[in-house]
Amino acid sequence: MEKPKKSPKKEKRQRRSKNNREYNNILFLFTGLFVLMVGYLVYFQIFKSRETINNPYNARLETFEKRVIRGDILACDGQILAHTAVGEDGGETREYPFGSIFAHVVGYAGNGRTGIEEMGNFQLVTSNAYFVEKFIHELKEQKNIGDSLVTTLDVRLQTAAHEALAGRKGAVVVMEPSTGNVRALVSGPDFDPGQVASSWSSLIASPDSVLLNRATQGLYPPGSTFKTITLLAYLREHGLSAEDFSYLCEGKAAVGNTSISCYHGNRHGQLDLKSAYAKSCNSAFADMGRSLDTQDLKELADSLLFGAELPLALPYSQSSFSLKDTDPEVLHMMTAIGQGNTLITPMHMAMITAAIANGGLLMTPRFLDRTENYTGAAVVERYPVTEYKSLMTAQEARILQEYMRAAVEEGTASALKSDVYTAAGKTGTAEYSSDKSKSHAWFTGYVTGDKPDLAVCVLIEGVGSGSEYAVPAAKKIFDAYYAGE
Amino acid sequence: MVNMITELSKYAMILFLALYTLTGFQLVRMPEPKKQAALKQQDILFFSMHLLGNLILYLHTENEKVLYFYGAQVLLFAVFLLLHHLVYPKSDRLLNHNLLLFLSVGFLMLARLSFDKAVRQFEMAVLAAGLTFLIPWIIRRAGNLRKYYRWYGGAGLLLLLTVLVAGNTSYGAKLTITVYGFAFQPSEFVKILFVFFVSGMLYESRDFAHVALSACAAAAHVLVLTLSKDLGGALIFFVAYLVMLYVATKQPLYFLAGLLAGSGASWVAWRLFAHVKTRVLAWSDPFSVIDDAGYQVAQSLFAIGTGSWFGLGLGQGMPYKIPVVDEDFIFAAIAEELGILFAVFLVFVYMCSFYMILNIAMCLKDAYYKLVAVGLGSLMIFQVFMSIGGVVKFIPSTGVTLPFISSGGSSLLSMFAVWAIIQGMYLKRNDEVAKNGKAKEKPKKRKKAEKKQK
Repeated sequence: MEKPKKSPKKEKRQRRSKNNREYNNILFLFTGLFVLMVGYLVYFQIFKSRETINNPYNARLETFEKRVIRGDILACDGQILAHTAVGEDGGETREYPFGSIFAHVVGYAGNGRTGIEEMGNFQLVTSNAYFVEKFIHELKEQKNIGDSLVTTLDVRLQTAAHEALAGRKGAVVVMEPSTGNVRALVSGPDFDPGQVASSWSSLIASPDSVLLNRATQGLYPPGSTFKTITLLAYLREHGLSAEDFSYLCEGKAAVGNTSISCYHGNRHGQLDLKSAYAKSCNSAFADMGRSLDTQDLKELADSLLFGAELPLALPYSQSSFSLKDTDPEVLHMMTAIGQGNTLITPMHMAMITAAIANGGLLMTPRFLDRTENYTGAAVVERYPVTEYKSLMTAQEARILQEYMRAAVEEGTASALKSDVYTAAGKTGTAEYSSDKSKSHAWFTGYVTGDKPDLAVCVLIEGVGSGSEYAVPAAKKIFDAYYAGE
Repeated sequence: MVNMITELSKYAMILFLALYTLTGFQLVRMPEPKKQAALKQQDILFFSMHLLGNLILYLHTENEKVLYFYGAQVLLFAVFLLLHHLVYPKSDRLLNHNLLLFLSVGFLMLARLSFDKAVRQFEMAVLAAGLTFLIPWIIRRAGNLRKYYRWYGGAGLLLLLTVLVAGNTSYGAKLTITVYGFAFQPSEFVKILFVFFVSGMLYESRDFAHVALSACAAAAHVLVLTLSKDLGGALIFFVAYLVMLYVATKQPLYFLAGLLAGSGASWVAWRLFAHVKTRVLAWSDPFSVIDDAGYQVAQSLFAIGTGSWFGLGLGQGMPYKIPVVDEDFIFAAIAEELGILFAVFLVFVYMCSFYMILNIAMCLKDAYYKLVAVGLGSLMIFQVFMSIGGVVKFIPSTGVTLPFISSGGSSLLSMFAVWAIIQGMYLKRNDEVAKNGKAKEKPKKRKKAEKKQK
């Protein structure tokens, strides 16, 4: 038998493919480019488009409301915080069952949008109802029902915080250090978000800036709450050791012709570092401010996000810190006790406190937990819990925790001693005008116990000392949190 | 009722285009006898989709002009197909279908954006179809085109220089010149001349002198375009040249060296020119400069993302929010209203056309025409890549039009010319096959005889 010959056809094809190798390579090259490009488009649509199109510059979202009934905003346990009721005539009204309690954080929709109404606008006006149902609605030109946003907000904590503020001007922030979950956020004075449209002119004319969210946008001198930062700078300068610190408080520290006094001129006597912090001794910390390295303190403030962007989805003001070597000594001393040019928002203060309570790690504040369609089926199972940044080492955080604990055990926040939970924190009494009798009351701290830890920051404008006014407010929140289920 | 029709039509259009695309890919390698049925299917799918699209547009606008315009389009398409069938019975119908598909999508989107622009585009299409109708015949007959390559190169370069000196400036770039009140974009035609120039030169010889000289000439084209700030045009010329050089010399090293040189030049351009930096920033982070350079890309992404897979429906979106949407950014408008799926299938139809063109190039015997075909095909497909890539933020936007779809007479006419030249070469291929077929008749018969014996 003869050898089987190569079929001429096959031979021809081989020759052809050899001649055309370059053409095939070009074909693969362009195919590759296009596969990458189309792949990118698909990737964009699946993973990036939601966050991209939820942008105030995207006018298309406004047209969504013509096709979708705005979805609900829910508390973490499913209680309705905002709901759109549809009347018999098809007219839609946005209702807020809790009235003014959630005013700033949930915000309003109509006359613009604020708060979570704005943050989650895209989800609220997008309907992920079942495809067939949506399709039928679209055919019938009926509106679909928008998705529901489940927030991290807790009705009990929010109500407690609202009551603790008791109609005064100020702000309360409650968040979970380990997750960044914002459990309550109150700003006073407040308003009824359901009545914004009808009372618009009086709201914007109000001298009290009712619409301003003081928790995130109000800038206040930190007062003694800043001593935590001064303390950290001192500890870093002295190798985390406080052994060589000793101060005899005579009730004031002199600078040239003037002096910085302790609150009510109290003489604290002989102090070590912990008692100086716990008793919030101005003289001791002002004296410390004389010797601290300006550059180090500035760098510390920068690393704690002063003058920096915050990982916050709500509109906020940036906190500010400035101090130069050439500034007068008195400003160095004032800055050390939080009375210099420093300004901070209650939200930022709460975030620093939460980082301390969480071993130095700041979690990105979370307002949105998940998105469901209107029947409760998950659309986004869980928005990510993300670590934002480590603000200090775990060891530094542990030391600061001890100091904050001491302020409750033996210092200015002793009203927070409790059998049920363990609180820690720092008070502040921030003077803000030449009238020394006027001051903002601060408390920032955290609580541990048999429930998840909470960080709480309270600021009450112009009432007096932190111990007298802010601490009791914080206590109300802690008590409510630990009160039986 | 109206809503029901428009909603259902939206999905039907995507389905029809999907089937059309699938058939298109099958057609590329399909043996001749089987083609008829598939082509007929494409005809039906294409005209159905065209009808649905215009129906939605009419129901949405209730403008009677839309109906007349639709009628005129059908007439144009039918006459185009019929004339080709009569005059060039052996031309490739798949490419013609694709051309009409692109045109029809362009007419539809333009009519939705601006009826006047759509009508002007239609007039240009009629003109272009008429002007380019004889090109296949010329290509098939003309044998000596390759000899005059120096003239092509010289004329092309001269035209580009004219634009650089006397061109009108729009969006910071010099692209057009006005002759007798008629603005046209020479680079659209120079790129065809360029392909013929490079093909002729490299066909003559692939020795180092020719390669070096062709590289210098290509660099001159690219440089003049860059100076006119026509970055997209410059890149298209560059890539087409690299592809042709590689195919002609079979030297991957040339290709790689070219890519390296190109990357180096891009880097230098990025360092030197503020407008290049602006483009790159608008690409890398459009939202940081959304009030300024990033506005266009950001709006484009809003359009695509909001439209999502199935689109908002014709007339339901806001494509007019995107600057220059009828030209460089028309792909975003298509994705927004007809859906990402529709847009992706459209991309596949471009790919399918490219496959067909390369297939023609591979089957040709004449090395010169092989080069021309691969050059023109690369021009077209890279232009598509640049245009769509810029719109979806895959690459920085360079302001390149989408062939046959974007509004603009020069772009349309030059693409018609490219298609006509390709058709001419397809006819040439058929001539070659016919010749070979005659020569091989004898051996085939013998083979059959052998089979019978077994």
